[in-house]
Amino acid sequence: MQKTWNNKAWFLVLPVLVLVAFSAVIPLMTVVNYSVQDTFGNNEFFWAGTDWFEEILHSARFWEALQRNLFFSFIILALQIPLGIFIALNMPKSGIGVPVCLVLMALPLLIPWNVVGTIWQVFGRVDIGLLGYTLRALGVDYNYVRDPVDAWITIIVMDVWHWTSLVVLLCYAGLVSIPDAYYQAAKIDGASRWSVFRYIQLPKMKRVLLIAVLLRFMDSFMIYTEPFVVTGGGPGNSTTFLSIDLVKMAVGQFDLGPAAAMSIIYFLIILLLSWVFYTVMTSSDANG
Amino acid sequence: MLELRNVAKMVAGDYHIYPTDLAFERGTLNVLLGPTLAGKTSLMRLMAGLDRPTSGSVFFDGADVTGVRVQQRNVAMVYQQFINYPALTVYENIASPLRIAGRDSASIDQAVRQAAELLKLTPYLDRTPLNLSGGQQQRTALARALVKNASLVLMDEPLANLDYKLREELREELPKIFAQSGAVFVYATTEPSEALLLGGNTATLSEGRVTQFGKTIDVYRKPADLVTAKTFADPPLNFIDVIKSGAFFQHQDFDRLPVPSHLLKISDGAMTVAFHPHHLGLSRQTEGAAPLKAVTQISEITGSESFVHLDYNGVRWIMLAAGIHEIDPDTQIELFLDTRHLMAFGSDGRAIAVDAVA
Amino acid sequence: MARITLDHIRHAYGPNPKSAKDYALREVHHEWNDGGAYALLGPSGCGKTTLLNIISGLLQPSEGHILFDGKDVTYLSTQARNIAQVFQFPVIYDTMTVYDNLAFPLRNRAVPEAEVDRRVREMLEIIDLAGWAKRKAQGLTADQKQKISLGRGLVRNDVNAILFDEPLTVIDPHMKWVLRSQLKRLHKQFGFTMVYVTHDQTEALTFADKVVVMYDGQIVQIGTPAELFERPTHTFVGYFIGSPGMNVMPARVEGSAVVVGGETIALDYSPQVKAGDRAELGIRPEFIRIGREGMPVAVNRIEDIGRRRIVRADFQGQRIAIVASEDAEIPAEPRITFDPTAINIYANSWRVGREA
Repeated sequence: MQKTWNNKAWFLVLPVLVLVAFSAVIPLMTVVNYSVQDTFGNNEFFWAGTDWFEEILHSARFWEALQRNLFFSFIILALQIPLGIFIALNMPKSGIGVPVCLVLMALPLLIPWNVVGTIWQVFGRVDIGLLGYTLRALGVDYNYVRDPVDAWITIIVMDVWHWTSLVVLLCYAGLVSIPDAYYQAAKIDGASRWSVFRYIQLPKMKRVLLIAVLLRFMDSFMIYTEPFVVTGGGPGNSTTFLSIDLVKMAVGQFDLGPAAAMSIIYFLIILLLSWVFYTVMTSSDANG
Repeated sequence: MLELRNVAKMVAGDYHIYPTDLAFERGTLNVLLGPTLAGKTSLMRLMAGLDRPTSGSVFFDGADVTGVRVQQRNVAMVYQQFINYPALTVYENIASPLRIAGRDSASIDQAVRQAAELLKLTPYLDRTPLNLSGGQQQRTALARALVKNASLVLMDEPLANLDYKLREELREELPKIFAQSGAVFVYATTEPSEALLLGGNTATLSEGRVTQFGKTIDVYRKPADLVTAKTFADPPLNFIDVIKSGAFFQHQDFDRLPVPSHLLKISDGAMTVAFHPHHLGLSRQTEGAAPLKAVTQISEITGSESFVHLDYNGVRWIMLAAGIHEIDPDTQIELFLDTRHLMAFGSDGRAIAVDAVA
Repeated sequence: MARITLDHIRHAYGPNPKSAKDYALREVHHEWNDGGAYALLGPSGCGKTTLLNIISGLLQPSEGHILFDGKDVTYLSTQARNIAQVFQFPVIYDTMTVYDNLAFPLRNRAVPEAEVDRRVREMLEIIDLAGWAKRKAQGLTADQKQKISLGRGLVRNDVNAILFDEPLTVIDPHMKWVLRSQLKRLHKQFGFTMVYVTHDQTEALTFADKVVVMYDGQIVQIGTPAELFERPTHTFVGYFIGSPGMNVMPARVEGSAVVVGGETIALDYSPQVKAGDRAELGIRPEFIRIGREGMPVAVNRIEDIGRRRIVRADFQGQRIAIVASEDAEIPAEPRITFDPTAINIYANSWRVGREA
């Protein structure tokens, strides 16, 4: 046996480091670079300092989009987390139902994002879509292209349909890990269904719920695909979220400087809010 | 030979294992005895190479193996949980380490059958582990560890999940199996009685320190300090704080105990005297037995013997008396203490060195 | 507290049981006294957990009835049976305080808060956790958690029985002694009916007034610890109780004497063993005296286990175990004697009594 406490292992990590550098660090640095400069094309750059940041932070357009994002994430969390828990609680714990339910739950997660968009776009159309047509036939005035509320509802329903399963699967994993003795003890103690949920299932699901909330928050806050495919940010600006706005600014108007500054602000907001969620949810854990 | 030289493990600024020196010979069984969280598993992980010590070095057969990863050492481990490959037959389970090592099938077959014979698994070679009893499953795991011909076999409470009687049978078999192999065996347990049944050597652990290491029966009979004595006692030891003056141990305001001959030479002063529950009796068994008075609390019958929980002037004692004695609680009774096995500890907790009657 | 009647209970996990083999529990017909402490002892798979689950109401027996104080509860749910149970792994409500854990079963039953407070405080004293009332239950040690589980059962004064399912498995040896004696004291004090499932004979014997030894879906013997030790009715009980278990060797009964190999041992009665029955002699290692007198044995090994020594020896071609005290002298050419009152004779594994 020879001594092999050497640094060879670092070579194995090297490819990953290179990959991360190219995929994350370098683009991020580019963004930082753009955000503090101004350009009129021709590869000429002028130092702009914090101008772009100030401009973004003072623009009503940014704050409106941010509000839409926050509202959207709030609705998504408020719908998907309870719904996910509810479905998980009602899933079978044994027997043939388990694999069936798991496969059904996993299906939406397997569909690529652009397909989801297209499916719902078609599904909701009032002329040829099953949903849109049915609603229209039932006398509901539904039109996501014209009515902002309908547009929002469509996007929210899409997201709920697409991502609630993730919450369900995480919660289910937490639930099945609870030993039977806990349920028996609760029965013996005369606990109600609600008490069982409140004092056994919820505490035992806490860790996975934290992950679910974080994932769903980050993902919903970065919402892009659904409005891009279905509503394109409209009608008006009603579904123009930060991400949509960003793309409009960068690709549509070619305002690279402000777009870069906005990306950084966007990134920092997500980081900050995720940290807040994490701290709040884990601190109650430490006290509990 | 496995040697730990000044090995210590710190996690987040706290010692999980205080600097430890230990040497285990090949062909020996070494028990790590201590309560939960005493550091048994941490110590085993250091021995196996699963963790790297914060300081100190691990030597095997004279070579420094401190940094060598567990895969490159010839180590086998058996855990409290029965860990087998559920989809493989017992035969394939036992053969698995040999297949990984790339041995030819003839020599694998021979090694598997030999190990199966040793652990009485021959009739079950074609079954899968889930169709076996707990004892047979753990035997399969043991066979897999043995067949590897590992130079170091680590067992972390391997019998804890087994039925009492199965444990008893395996405990009786294990020393024989170990004797036939040239490996260093390390066996962690929380139960003093298990250490005594296994024999071999014992290292007692308490709060991350090895408090004593030696032949199991010697550590039991002559613990070096109070912590070791407490760790290595089931049922728990009984204590009295006394002041020795001449031929008597004076308890503050009650009985006087004659000092047994093996303790006569120690110097006078305050000390703690300890003895095992079976050295208390309801009748005078030996000439030198000292009479005492105590109040009964609860009696527990184990068949041919009785554990009587006592209150001796505010101190909890347990007496293990021969015969069946269902004594009513809160009764004052007279007992006799066989002083020949008394142990004495100084105020620093160290044993006061004397040669007790073996 | 209640008297528990097990009326011809049989249980099979599969549908349509035909032969005795299909039953996890073959036939249990007994009555357990109000205030008694019963231990169900046996190896894994013997049916002891099945029986416990039938008593707690988690399982409904395939056949037979279970009665609490004469009232049929066979079809009542666990909640409706008013029982308490302590599990192998401590079950506590992590997010609640110790106090709230104990108050939980009372509050669920809408007991007035003043009464809850009085009972919880009393229970905290009894289980020695008064100083921990406001602590969250999460960070406690295994034995403290187990005490809370026990307390949650005891705090209700209407429980019919308290069931224990190997409650000391995860407790360190030293704490086992403390918990066991506390439990025993509580039993003496309050006199509740207790049923305790375990595979550990020490736990069973020290805990119970009556130990129910189970094997292969049947109750083999119900008796006091002393009865099980001295007069095992089946060789399985002899083997399972005691450590090491009883020595059982093939024998031949001749009037009031029993012949093992070439040795004839006199008895003070004449066991009635039918011709053709397999006769065996059973003697516990504790009742064999080793010394200079008696029948010769060849010693193979002496295990020094501290307070006593186990001598493994060959006697008339049989491997036997002998227990000697730590101070006993074992001579070079040892001989043994059997305590005649401790000899049991078995015919086809069942004990042949003096009375027969």
